[in-house]
Amino acid sequence: MLRRRTLLAGSTGLLAAPALVTGASAQAQWSPNRPITLVVPWGAGGGTDATARFVGAALEKELSQPVNVVNRTGGSGVVGHSAIATAPADGYTIGMITVEIGMMHWQGLTELKGTSYTPLALMNSDPPGVQVKSDSPHQTLKALADAIKANPGRMTASGTGQGGIWHLALAGWLQAMQLPPDAVRWVPSNGAAPAMQDLAAGGVDIVTCSVPEARAMIEANRAKSLAIMAPERNPQFANVPTLKEELGIDYTLAAWRGIAGPRNLPQPVVARYVPLLQKIWNSDDFKTFMNSRGFGMTWRDPAGFASYMAEDDAKMGVVMKAVGLAKS
Amino acid sequence: MGAVGQAFGLILDVNVLLTILGSAIFGILVGAIPGLTATMATALLVPVTFFMPPVPALAAIVTATAMAIFAGDIPSTLLRMPGTPASAAYTDEAFAMTRKGQAELALGVNVIYSAVGGLFGTVVLMVAAPVLADLALGFSSFEYFWLACLGLTCGVFIASLTPLAAMVSLLLGLLVATVGFDAISGYPRFTFGVTDLMSGVSFIPAMIGLFAVSEVLRGMADPDNAATMPQQRIGNIFKGLGAITRRYWPNILRGNAIGTVVGALPGAGADIAAWVAYAVSKKFSKEPEKFGTGHVEGIIDATSANNSSLGAAWIPALVFGIPGDSITAIVIGVLYMKGMNPGPTVFIQNPQLIYAVFMAFIVANILMVPLGLAAIRGATYILRVPRRVLLPIILLFCMVGSFAITSSVYGIIIMLAAGVVGWIMEENGIPVAPAILGLVLGELLEQTFMTSMIKAEGNLLAFFDRPLSVVLGVLTILVWLFAGLNAIRTLIRSRKEAAAAG
Repeated sequence: MLRRRTLLAGSTGLLAAPALVTGASAQAQWSPNRPITLVVPWGAGGGTDATARFVGAALEKELSQPVNVVNRTGGSGVVGHSAIATAPADGYTIGMITVEIGMMHWQGLTELKGTSYTPLALMNSDPPGVQVKSDSPHQTLKALADAIKANPGRMTASGTGQGGIWHLALAGWLQAMQLPPDAVRWVPSNGAAPAMQDLAAGGVDIVTCSVPEARAMIEANRAKSLAIMAPERNPQFANVPTLKEELGIDYTLAAWRGIAGPRNLPQPVVARYVPLLQKIWNSDDFKTFMNSRGFGMTWRDPAGFASYMAEDDAKMGVVMKAVGLAKS
Repeated sequence: MGAVGQAFGLILDVNVLLTILGSAIFGILVGAIPGLTATMATALLVPVTFFMPPVPALAAIVTATAMAIFAGDIPSTLLRMPGTPASAAYTDEAFAMTRKGQAELALGVNVIYSAVGGLFGTVVLMVAAPVLADLALGFSSFEYFWLACLGLTCGVFIASLTPLAAMVSLLLGLLVATVGFDAISGYPRFTFGVTDLMSGVSFIPAMIGLFAVSEVLRGMADPDNAATMPQQRIGNIFKGLGAITRRYWPNILRGNAIGTVVGALPGAGADIAAWVAYAVSKKFSKEPEKFGTGHVEGIIDATSANNSSLGAAWIPALVFGIPGDSITAIVIGVLYMKGMNPGPTVFIQNPQLIYAVFMAFIVANILMVPLGLAAIRGATYILRVPRRVLLPIILLFCMVGSFAITSSVYGIIIMLAAGVVGWIMEENGIPVAPAILGLVLGELLEQTFMTSMIKAEGNLLAFFDRPLSVVLGVLTILVWLFAGLNAIRTLIRSRKEAAAAG
């Protein structure tokens, strides 16, 4: 498999060579001459899908080639992530990779990790929040933390499946408070929306999804966000304090999304995509779109994205081992 | 009110209105062709809706199904071949009217009271859904567990004439629903190392297979089934409707009420609604001896009921994500695809989309009268399309739709396999609808049970801890007791009869 990929990468290099010689500009410019596929490892209609479709439509305009957004769902993201990693490294298949790529390999679900890709751009990241029912007896994070400490194992939390990103957010937060990971029992859910509904119905006590995901319930006055696990406040939800402000704990985490291609993407391809992605990220349209959804805007260039993934990967490993989710 | 205004804007878009018109014509064609059902119309629309924004996508399904259920009455009246199963209850009656030279009256009754029934169901949906959604916001996993149990029970005992066969079908659906990652621990089950199976058997391709491909197979097994159209001129179909409305208005109300209740029950759809309404009409009629001889009374009840059930079936689908009939079982999949995850939160997150769906129902049912009139006039042409042309086109649509859902050949494989299974099941008298219900509700049932157990640390009594769950739990157990007693009674009676005969 690996050998085939290098072979393909090599052949693309050869094909690109004539363009290099005859190209009008002095610089080697890669320009696609057939449609591009943008793989999304998550379902149509979700946040990742919406972001990818926005980026895809913008890329289509910039490259004057159709960009087909293809949802390859299933296997908790494994299917789509491996479709991106195993595609020919010719620039015609790219994809939107998500935070799970730094988690799945610890669980033994796949061999893939951040280094299996050529990072192009980190476009977004959303920190977890701590949400409670609007009439919860714990109206501040301090009160909630004290209640957890006083009665470990009494309360329940939800937000995603077992070992999902928001489960790690809870586990990491408890660990930072020097509490065992089961001080709050995790109730797996099919995502943030059903978890928020269960919170409003009184089925669980805490939901640790991101604030944008909790927004509808917060605006309907059914739930309340006590804090976010981020270095600073989100200007969109300026009245929600950070974990550090409230408890003095410097624990942060984020669910992120970025564009990447298979490993060993040729340099001209990378050089073509990165400025385009940066232009899209800086555009007013993208800002309006992200603000309307409440998504956090974060930008990292390829090098920055690679080191971000490496850091994130290590951090996930620590929490997942502590919680017992990592396969040794 | 902001959401209602937005909804008006969404529905009054030229593209949306054109979509509604197009899907209305499509729905009439599918409904009028015997053997093609309203559920199949929905299944065939899936690949098309895949590329549409949510409002036209849902409007297309709403319109096509409403038209198909009415259009099924046309061949039913003229040829004694129900266009969809929802017309089967009164096919003989309507054809008897045709033989008496009253085809115009029968068709007029069908088109007008279908439209009225559709509007009635819509009004109930508009009033009941938001109220129920508000209540459903208080539902936790305990309540949802009972709802799932109730839904499965209805699918077996109320929506079926043969509970045993329905039970077999249901269990098959529940078994298939366990394939893939287990929702709680993330452990893969029955995947045999196939990555595609990790996400489970995608239910839209499975449903397309069970409903549409099985029908294609049946059609291919029996190719010489071409309908012959009687040479008959259709005159003014609205003649005499005024007098009928004055005389039979209680029937119209009763048919609508029955249709709405049956539609809102999980698993039971337009066909059951029509059977029940026709039976009730006969039972309470002042002249029951006229039933079966071309008497209009029962048709009024039944044709109102099957159309009013359509809107009502959306109530549990939108509010709880539990399908009211096989059409809304597919709709739930489409809702997920469009990011409008069914459940009470959709009323908070996307109220304008929900209101737009309501308006689509109204537009579709008003449109039914002029288009229905045109369809009755053009019936001769519609009924002449040969099956050998039709069936391959349907199969093609099925394949495109299944591929669009999964973006891989996996969807097509699932669809073909489900098609063969569905065909074998129906040929042996096992209904496929309960299997679909099992497939759709299996995950909800398992997940709500498991999460409830995690919350309650294994205490089963927690299912009777919260006020709402007590009500639903007691209701479910009463239904089980009633159904069980009924089954035992039937068993004893058949034993006695067997003994007497022996």
